[in-house]
Amino acid sequence: MSGIVRGTVGFNDLKLPGAWTRKIGKDLYEVFIGPQHPGSGHMRIIIRVDGDIIVEAEPDMGYVHRTMEKLSEVRTWIKSIPLFERMAIHDACNVTLPYVRAVEKLLGIEAPERAKYLRVLLCEINRIAAFLYGFGIFGVFLGHSTMYMWPFGDREVWVELAEWLTGARLTHTYPVFGGVRRDVPAGFTDALRKAIRYMRRRLEDYRKIFVDNPVIRSRLEGVGYIPRNLAIELGITGPNLRASGVKYDVRMNHPYEVYDQLDFEIPVFQEGDAYARVLQRVEEIKQSLRILEQVADWLDKHERSPILHDRFWKTAPPLYKKVFQEQGRAKLMAVYAILKVPKGKAYERGETARGEISYYVESDGKNTPYRVRIHSASARNALVYKYILPGHRVMDLPAIYGSIDYFPPEADR
Amino acid sequence: MNVEELVAKVKEILSDMVKDVVVHKGNDYIEVEIDKDNIIEAAKRMKQAGFDHIKDLTVVDYPKDGVFRIIYNLSSYSNRELSYYIVGLAYNIPRDKPETVTLYPIYTTADFQEREAYEAFGITFKGHPDMRPLLLSPPVAEMKPLRKDFVVKEEPIDLK
Amino acid sequence: MEGNGGKGEGKVYVGNLDVAAKSARKILMSSLRLGKLVDWGTAFSLWPVHLTTSCCGCEFAAAWSPRFDNEQHGALPWIAPRQTNLIIIEGTVSKKMACAVRLVWEQMPQPKFAIAMGACALDGGIFYNSYNIVRPWEIIPVDVYIPGCPPRPESVARAIVELQRKIKRDGVAHKFVEEGWRPDKEYVKPKEDVCAWWRG
Repeated sequence: MSGIVRGTVGFNDLKLPGAWTRKIGKDLYEVFIGPQHPGSGHMRIIIRVDGDIIVEAEPDMGYVHRTMEKLSEVRTWIKSIPLFERMAIHDACNVTLPYVRAVEKLLGIEAPERAKYLRVLLCEINRIAAFLYGFGIFGVFLGHSTMYMWPFGDREVWVELAEWLTGARLTHTYPVFGGVRRDVPAGFTDALRKAIRYMRRRLEDYRKIFVDNPVIRSRLEGVGYIPRNLAIELGITGPNLRASGVKYDVRMNHPYEVYDQLDFEIPVFQEGDAYARVLQRVEEIKQSLRILEQVADWLDKHERSPILHDRFWKTAPPLYKKVFQEQGRAKLMAVYAILKVPKGKAYERGETARGEISYYVESDGKNTPYRVRIHSASARNALVYKYILPGHRVMDLPAIYGSIDYFPPEADR
Repeated sequence: MNVEELVAKVKEILSDMVKDVVVHKGNDYIEVEIDKDNIIEAAKRMKQAGFDHIKDLTVVDYPKDGVFRIIYNLSSYSNRELSYYIVGLAYNIPRDKPETVTLYPIYTTADFQEREAYEAFGITFKGHPDMRPLLLSPPVAEMKPLRKDFVVKEEPIDLK
Repeated sequence: MEGNGGKGEGKVYVGNLDVAAKSARKILMSSLRLGKLVDWGTAFSLWPVHLTTSCCGCEFAAAWSPRFDNEQHGALPWIAPRQTNLIIIEGTVSKKMACAVRLVWEQMPQPKFAIAMGACALDGGIFYNSYNIVRPWEIIPVDVYIPGCPPRPESVARAIVELQRKIKRDGVAHKFVEEGWRPDKEYVKPKEDVCAWWRG
């Protein structure tokens, strides 16, 4: 803590762990971690170490920056949905839903109730699959290969369900303006209930082999501690924020779709370390399973009804309506291709598996957006590396990196 | 708290600095226009009032008006009522002199977001300690890709 | 004994190692027919390097998960470029990532192979007009392309099987041992220095 400040000259009142570092001297050297590293991340972290203590860390992002914000300006509104999906393809519904909702806001329409339930259904399926993906990658980071194999195997259950529902393993493009593309196939809810039962049983197995594993506990407890006020100051989001004791979830604070009618809890942990973030994710999976049960009940009780807003559905030719009644597929009408959105600005956010994603959408009345600004959960969480890593040992870096569940394509957009 | 109360509250917090308030569609996003010189003072007051983080920093390019519009979208984690809303602190800067001041001393969240605005639009945030491109490599960042005069080529579909 | 035109002052040479090794190779490959063995061995020891360039990495990871289990084909992702001989480009390669891809490719020992996975790796895919991407075939020689956005894990397995077939059919590995380079593939050199931005 002596004297020279790097990175944050002049802001002495901040008192952040990462803001104060020592001067780079003879005994400090730089280590470049990534973008090719054992965890297959697409990100480089440049750390400066004294012995094996990290004194300064600098995330070097942008290895997967594919310029989605700019490309959306030259694409029609509907074509941007598959584009934004590529941010986090294993969490596709959650990532694109706020964009769809923002455009719906500008159009002044709302999806029919059945479509809202279907959106929640796929959102939660995606969320569980994404958490399991995160666990698998975390397992790779910690050298715990069983924890890679099991969650990736169990993730296939949810990916299969999503494929059955939407037709694609990962890139669903399921929510469209005014509704969704498909209704649930026959027998889907039974399979869903079976998957929920299976997942509950498997979570118990995870607890035995991973969560309560003394080796894992010793590597994670007390590591990467983010105090509550620092978590708020850094604006981190998602399970990482809730593991630090902040009760904030977009599903609760700014309810969208039918989340305000469903019965679920927002789990919160006070510890704020890497281990709490693992427990947090396990609890979130349990809550998602609870939501899915309620959605399955609702779907069983209600007959098939149109899943697109009337504004679009009334332009559908009779053949489309017949196909929908028989197979549950809503073929998209030509009106989507020439859709023009009225002038205005809209701001919409949603809770993805990794936290809050926000879309600022501005239209100037043409058939392409004027400006879409995306700020994703991982982009927000990236600040953690700069301010939390200093003070830890190099060998704690994989544990912290994995516990944040950082997904670079989502962060870089 | 409904949106009228929020507008009244923001007007009370920022008092005479408010030039204009627009409530956007959906009634959960308001945009408060202020003067460029007042941004630091306004941000300080907003933070004291409970808007504890920047949800995102949006820059929009309006070549016709010759301005960049910088919008700091603020929200709250700690205050349940405020967390429903987003308040955009917006101000314009001239396109030919893209310079403004940083909010990094007040909001740590601004750190990476201002760097992003710097690489995409070429806007310099004075006082930011680390004004380098974040996502792009320096040669690409020099093109200032998100400005409207940078045009992305659209290749025609050729079926030969 | 002096070799190499008598320039080795103060050094002792025991024959020309290059020549000796080459003739030994020739004898072994021609009389013992070790070529097939080399190809067989190489085909079943493909080690993809842990370098994920983009979002197809999700399916890349799933391809080695219990359900699809690509390890049964004799391929397992491994950590360091020096210990691997296969690179799978998963999707888009951004300009920043191109440098990393090229550096990893140059570090890998010969004979080495490349698979381009996903529509973006073929020719840009959905990001065809992005200003921040490069086509993988501009920076490394690609053996097998997998179409799809993203390709299913089965197609990753198929690509690996195809690559094994190619190695055995064309004798890529033993020709490399004989010639010292891969005769079936041209040496790809990037038109511009992909790491120029990094070197400054």
